[in-house]
Amino acid sequence: MARLRIENVRKSFGATQVLHGIDLSVEDGEMIVIVGASGCGKSTLLRIVAGLEAPTSGAVLIDGRDVTALEPPDRDVAMVFQNYALYPHMSVFENMAYGLRIRRLPKEEIRRRVGETAELLGISSLLDRRPRQLSGGQRQRVAMGRAIVREPKLFLFDEPLSNLDAKLRVQMRAEIRRLQKRLGVTSLFVTHDQTEAMTLGDRLVVMHQGHAAQVATPMEVWSRPADTYVGGFIGSPAMNLLEARLAEGGAAAALKAGPVLRFADGPRPGPAGRPILIGIRPEHVRRDGMAGLELALDLAEPLGSETVLHGRLPGGEALTAKLAGFPQGTSGSIRIALPPEEWHVFDAETGRRLDPL
Amino acid sequence: MKRVIFRGQALPLLLLAPQLAVTFVFFFWPAGQAIWFSFLRQDAFGIRTQFVGFENFAELFADPLYIATIWNTVVFSVSVTALSMGVALLLAVLADRQIRGAQAYRTLLIWPYAVAPALAAVLWIFMFHPTIGLFGRMLNAAGVAWDYRLNGGQAMLVVILASAWKQVSYNFIFFLAGLQSIPRSVLEAASIDGARPARRFWTIVFPLLSPTTFFLLVVNLTYAFFDTFGIIDALTRGGPAKATETLIYRAYIDGRVNLDLGSSSAQSVVLMLAVIALTAIQFRFIERRVHY
Repeated sequence: MARLRIENVRKSFGATQVLHGIDLSVEDGEMIVIVGASGCGKSTLLRIVAGLEAPTSGAVLIDGRDVTALEPPDRDVAMVFQNYALYPHMSVFENMAYGLRIRRLPKEEIRRRVGETAELLGISSLLDRRPRQLSGGQRQRVAMGRAIVREPKLFLFDEPLSNLDAKLRVQMRAEIRRLQKRLGVTSLFVTHDQTEAMTLGDRLVVMHQGHAAQVATPMEVWSRPADTYVGGFIGSPAMNLLEARLAEGGAAAALKAGPVLRFADGPRPGPAGRPILIGIRPEHVRRDGMAGLELALDLAEPLGSETVLHGRLPGGEALTAKLAGFPQGTSGSIRIALPPEEWHVFDAETGRRLDPL
Repeated sequence: MKRVIFRGQALPLLLLAPQLAVTFVFFFWPAGQAIWFSFLRQDAFGIRTQFVGFENFAELFADPLYIATIWNTVVFSVSVTALSMGVALLLAVLADRQIRGAQAYRTLLIWPYAVAPALAAVLWIFMFHPTIGLFGRMLNAAGVAWDYRLNGGQAMLVVILASAWKQVSYNFIFFLAGLQSIPRSVLEAASIDGARPARRFWTIVFPLLSPTTFFLLVVNLTYAFFDTFGIIDALTRGGPAKATETLIYRAYIDGRVNLDLGSSSAQSVVLMLAVIALTAIQFRFIERRVHY
């Protein structure tokens, strides 16, 4: 249980820079999910916190103590690996007791703590087994147990759910969240899965090409994405981004598709004609009787309670819409509305969010 | 394992024949002959042959020189195995770390394996010969009475060093492969669990290497028993005063030089039984202990 601070951490492997100055402050007991596509540097950041990699510059502080120069054994953190990394020649009990024995805890204490943790995770009956005799889900639990039993300052999770099948993944996801809340251990959780990120995190760090594109609560990331990358990454199907230009002195957007629509929340800065991008999530696109834009459909994906429609706007831009039920008359084209109150406005050049004046 | 079912017996027998023929001609036949000869006694000119039962064996074990040879062999084999495996493991651990020029380093370590035993012996003569050897002369200059041709202990040391050196490369290759098959994340997990390098080695790396270690133990003991003949012959010829005479070397001397075929065959049979027993014990041990 501790606070974690990451200060301007940079990392280069040879000439390739993978982390461009990450800053992060994690409160006691908080669960932070680091999410991003593969190669964005999220695992490297986690390994730097664990001490498995040294940052090229910057500092890592646990409870105010600078641990940047310390080796992993001196950091008192625990990590759950993607492939679990259990000790193959040891029983489940020995796997969990390994860290405690190194700390020279009394035998009785070790037996008690391993027993309690096994109870908590429902693996008490497996304590004599070897890792190769366990299923994927059981190995996952043992790996969690090995981390929990140490009562470390920090939990680090490196994509621990990605080797499980879909059903087990959902189950373990909920279990990890329950455990983390109950134990109140400060945690960093790395994943590429946006659902995991949204459901697990108190806050998210959305990483993009070695930068922290946004650090915020899941709902804030979803409702106010900081740039076009975050907007497109969080949410499924991905947010539509439509080309437009500022018009009417910044109070409206002239869409490439044709219409000029006024912003619902006030004018944006910049000269008329400034290129912008209008982001609108598929679920916010509405069907509109006769007045709306024409969407020429090329694919309909019925999901049961809703249908995802893919089509093209008059300007040739692709647009995805998610409509309730299975709307009739969805062959050929439909008319849709893009309600301005659901817009996210971005600068077309930098991709950054443009807030009203 | 996939099972192939053949119709009839001609084809499978034909396919097995070359292997069986080789095994028969080069193993079962000579081994059978050795066993048969071990019950016979022949005069030095091969004129008269007499069946003597187990007398050859009885004489062997009554001979204090033969007991000394057994002791020599034990000391020699255990030392060669321990030394060559220990050094190979150390080098492999060093080579396993990410170091600059690791590839060249590994290649260089593998070279001695390509050196023939007799040449290896010559190399060691050039190092340790008391008058022409580099280290031999240095030792004498430093006041050590170094002459492995006269001092039995020194002779044993040189023979052990040369034999172990020859085998280090082979062990190194297997240890390095074994080390590289240990998942990095397991070592990282141990490190995060609080284990420092020495503890990681003894509690994680060494146990996970045990299949490799046991395999090499069998191979190295067999090597020390049989394949070191060339090195011993070229370096010391079993001397001085039989100080470096091992079982295989004595079997050769008695059979080829002293022309006592009966005794030599009996010794071969003893050797054969020793190796069969050694291998059987080790494989049973492996089956019980090494799998994880």
